[in-house]
Amino acid sequence: MNVRWFTEIISKAAIVALLAMQTTLSHAQGFAGLGEDVDGFAQVMPGKPLRFPADHGAHPDYRIEWWYFTANLKDAEGTSYGVQWTLFRQANKPNDNASGWASRQLWMGHAAVTSAATHHFAERFARGGVGQAGVEAAPFKAWIDNWQMRTLFADPSVFASLQVSASAKDFSYSLRLDGDRQLVLQGDAGYSKKSEQGHASYYYSQPYLRVTGSLVLDRKTIAVTGQGWIDREWSSQPLKADQTGWDWFSLHLASGDKLMLFRLRHADGKHFFAGNWISRDGRSEQLAPGAISMTPTATTRIADRDVPTGWRISIPSRGLEITTAPLNPRSWMDTRFKYWEGPVHVTGSHAGEGYLEMTGY
Amino acid sequence: MTGGAWTLRVLFSHWTRHPMQLATLLIGLMSATALLSGVQAINTQARLSYDRAAASFGGGATAMLVPAHATTVPQSLFSDLRRAGWLVSPVVEGRVRIDGRQIRLIGIEPISLPRGAGPAPSIDQAALQKFLAAEGQTLIAPETAREIAGTEGARLETDAGEPLPPLHLASELSPNLLVMDIAWAQRALRMPDRISRFLLDSAAAGERTPLADVAGDSLDLVDAGAQTDLQRLTASFHLNLTAFGLLSFLVGLFLVHSAIGLAFEQRLPMLRTLRACGVSPRGLLAALVVELVLLALVAGLGGVVSGFFLASALLPDVAASLRGLYGASVSGELGLAPQWWLAGLGMSIAGALLAAAHALVKVFRLPLLASAQPFAWQDAQRRWLRWQAVLACAAFVVAAVCLTLGTSLVAAFAVLGGILLGAALLLPPLLNLLLRAGEGMSRRPVAMWAWADSRQQLSGLSLALMALLLALAVNVGVGTMVGSFERTFNRWLDGRLSSEIYLVAKDPAQAAAIEADLRSRPDVDAVLPSARAETKLSGEQVEVLGLADHATYREFWPLLEFSPDVWDRVRDGTAILISEQLARRLNLHIGDRLRIPSSGEWIATVGGIYADYGNPKGQIIVNVDQLLHRFDNAERTRFGVRIAPAKVAALMAELQARFALGGTSLADQATVKAESRRIFSRTFAITAALNAFTLAVAGTALFTSLLTLGQARLPQLAPLWAIGLTRRRIAGLELLKTMLLALLTALLALPLGIIVAWCLIEVVNVKAFGWRLPLTIFPAQLGQLLIVAMIAALFATLLPTIKLARIKPITLLKIFADER
Repeated sequence: MNVRWFTEIISKAAIVALLAMQTTLSHAQGFAGLGEDVDGFAQVMPGKPLRFPADHGAHPDYRIEWWYFTANLKDAEGTSYGVQWTLFRQANKPNDNASGWASRQLWMGHAAVTSAATHHFAERFARGGVGQAGVEAAPFKAWIDNWQMRTLFADPSVFASLQVSASAKDFSYSLRLDGDRQLVLQGDAGYSKKSEQGHASYYYSQPYLRVTGSLVLDRKTIAVTGQGWIDREWSSQPLKADQTGWDWFSLHLASGDKLMLFRLRHADGKHFFAGNWISRDGRSEQLAPGAISMTPTATTRIADRDVPTGWRISIPSRGLEITTAPLNPRSWMDTRFKYWEGPVHVTGSHAGEGYLEMTGY
Repeated sequence: MTGGAWTLRVLFSHWTRHPMQLATLLIGLMSATALLSGVQAINTQARLSYDRAAASFGGGATAMLVPAHATTVPQSLFSDLRRAGWLVSPVVEGRVRIDGRQIRLIGIEPISLPRGAGPAPSIDQAALQKFLAAEGQTLIAPETAREIAGTEGARLETDAGEPLPPLHLASELSPNLLVMDIAWAQRALRMPDRISRFLLDSAAAGERTPLADVAGDSLDLVDAGAQTDLQRLTASFHLNLTAFGLLSFLVGLFLVHSAIGLAFEQRLPMLRTLRACGVSPRGLLAALVVELVLLALVAGLGGVVSGFFLASALLPDVAASLRGLYGASVSGELGLAPQWWLAGLGMSIAGALLAAAHALVKVFRLPLLASAQPFAWQDAQRRWLRWQAVLACAAFVVAAVCLTLGTSLVAAFAVLGGILLGAALLLPPLLNLLLRAGEGMSRRPVAMWAWADSRQQLSGLSLALMALLLALAVNVGVGTMVGSFERTFNRWLDGRLSSEIYLVAKDPAQAAAIEADLRSRPDVDAVLPSARAETKLSGEQVEVLGLADHATYREFWPLLEFSPDVWDRVRDGTAILISEQLARRLNLHIGDRLRIPSSGEWIATVGGIYADYGNPKGQIIVNVDQLLHRFDNAERTRFGVRIAPAKVAALMAELQARFALGGTSLADQATVKAESRRIFSRTFAITAALNAFTLAVAGTALFTSLLTLGQARLPQLAPLWAIGLTRRRIAGLELLKTMLLALLTALLALPLGIIVAWCLIEVVNVKAFGWRLPLTIFPAQLGQLLIVAMIAALFATLLPTIKLARIKPITLLKIFADER
């Protein structure tokens, strides 16, 4: 999936609260958290095979990592909802295995439920080393406080049969994810480039998830079903300093194909495009940067920013010519790191649905 | 100029002609306002400091989970709670010693810290950065940093040798407090993997598992807004201050009352003239009220300003008392909110109106023409005295009810207030009876007149006499209490501090070396190790003191009650001793069984109860070996040394040189005793200061009342002069009568004062501090006070008397010509 947080971390405007805090936890290594300096952390190299289930777990030798789940859901009346569950890890010291409060790992969780009219979200923070947050590879379990994503059966290759739950003051959800398809490697066999200069991450997904479960909104329990998408990504290399923001799509097309696309915005207007076309049979093919066209068609004014919430996307080589519209144009995550993330509806040459995330606005 | 303005101007002309009177009125109002607002400023300042202190570890405003049975819980509970949906933030706290000084240390976890529960508002995001850095930060208030000679960025070490992160001065922080990241704090406090309490962020909570399912019965939930320990401990101290502040205010109002009464008396002809000129009663009343409010505003302003200075002067003492008594850190700088100034002015105005109410009603009903002074006063007085007596009885009943049914400190003060008020109200009827008895015994006409006239004077003087009675009685009461306290305390201190030298080693290794050295010396009679720990009994933090099994304690320890073989059973660990205040609070008696939370299971019986004066915390005493065995964190680092007094100095010098002991880690008995006396003598320092002031105000009230009467009573005295008594003779009689009244009042004040002392010792102190003293009466002190009171009365009477003796005959003559 995307490299969304790199954007935040590199963007000077986004050096706020937690970031400042995270940076200084690595004070001992100098100002290592922010620059392009990757002293001591493992590098993302092409051609390295991913291994499962080990790679489901945390990679403390890499600086940053996340476990990301989104779902497009409907209730019995056909009303649409979107759900997000994310766990981030950041190390401020390479190979940090210290236990207790001395640990230099920081964890952050985000959860959200979006409907056409409402957007509920919550965030959690934790220090590593004391068990408040963490990830175990097998049997898979990722948690922060009482939010968790854990496996129900132990079949590591599928990375499905998971239970996902989160609860906050004004919403909660508990979902079961099922699937029988193999994991999908993004980029070039899991090596996902973020710039022409070799910034990259390891990136794999599980986009074939059937989701059933319930949401609680305004104290009403709503039974829902739909489709979900899990992204796993880790890296040590921050983005280039001139990359100001990020627009990223994960789309379930009605044809059964899946599409992952992102645009890294550059200050000079020469944006970096990347994406993978995942066919019905599970084949994941990288799209050439020149083959992708992403154009904003509508903006929404949120929190004193203009956010492009409507898009036209075309990939002529695949015969794709679509527009996306948000379920709720105000899907603003007003967390300590602020960004837009919400479900979208797809029309045009292909019908479908998915998730859009935009940072750096 | 309107009619109202003219009226006011006429009224004010009186004050320019009588500046002394104006001064008395203003001084009365000012002192009343100053005392009460001063006391309130002190209380507010102290509470502010408590709130700040509380906020730094999440008291008051934040809900908490606190250990139910022990002092700490394992750190694993933190993740258990978080994973069960409890949004808690861990806090570890304790005390460290830096350069011999005890400082509170709090470790917080800023990432999970609920909003608003921060150690100080100063920890913003930028500061957080440094706070959480690997190098860390020790937040400290600038004044505390100065006291331990620390500067920004300085790296301190605890006396136990643990390093602390570099200092960062944070002005909003409470004094005597260090705040750092929990990782550092656990190290500095030597509490690895332990948590002292959890702060609870109730605002962001979602679903959560019941607490008992996560933590069993190991944690108690304390709701936000619950009283903090400091607030509970110091409540009595502040109530004490408030009570005496109110008393001073009341006595000040007596003064205002008599000054206003005098002015009213003197302005009667003027008021009549104004009425005759067509000013309506309502208009006159309005003008008088406006005049009064203006005066009250001026006096109130002066009062608030002097209250501020009074509070500033007293605050260091109060702060020192609070630190000595309760370990509460109160900032020495007074900060005042606008509402405090407004409250001061309000008090002044309300007080003035209250004091003038009687005079104002009289003005409203003032007949246009002066009616002949009727002899109906006797009838009126009889009715008034009867009323006073009835009210007095009612006050006594209230006091009795509060005494038998009340349990709180407020009830204790209600008892005291009821007794004082009842006695004051009963004073005029009582004096009336005495004077009537005197009248019955005299035969000669002048004497008979003098007795009867004294009775008539009663209604005019009664308020001043009541003020004198109250001031004297409270003086006697407080004096007796302080005397009793000192006597008991000194005896107690002798029993308690029986070792000649006290020392605290840096760590157990040094302690062992010192002990071996001491034991090898032939001149040392005994080395008595002791140790300290903390535990919780019924949710209350309790000190555990471990003492060696030695004749020193067996013989001298101040036990109030004990069971046979108590010291043997303490040695075996089957019995403990508990302090008087703890026994009272937890309602424990000899023979009761107690579970003492410690590293293991420990059940012991209460074997004895001992006096522990001046200690707001509960304390228990156990055998030192039992303590070291049962409390993991306890260290054997404290010793008492028994040695011949002549050799104390030499041994101390040697210890100092050999083991680099100094400051508070090495002290001889005399020093410790002096220090204890210094701290405990402050317990009542403020009470005594307010008390002396009250007496001064009462004296002034008597003086103004007499001035008032001197003026008003000329019509009564003029006929005597006309009959042939000389002015000197009349003045002499007046002096004698006033002194007689003052003496009677003072004599009545003595038994009342003893009752007040009893009330303070048996009711107020027991509820406020948890300990009871034996009441000792000091006759010499009482005699002294009686003499002082009589001298004060003499001075108050002298000026009016001299005035009377030198009055111009024409003035007396004029009485007959234009009696009002």
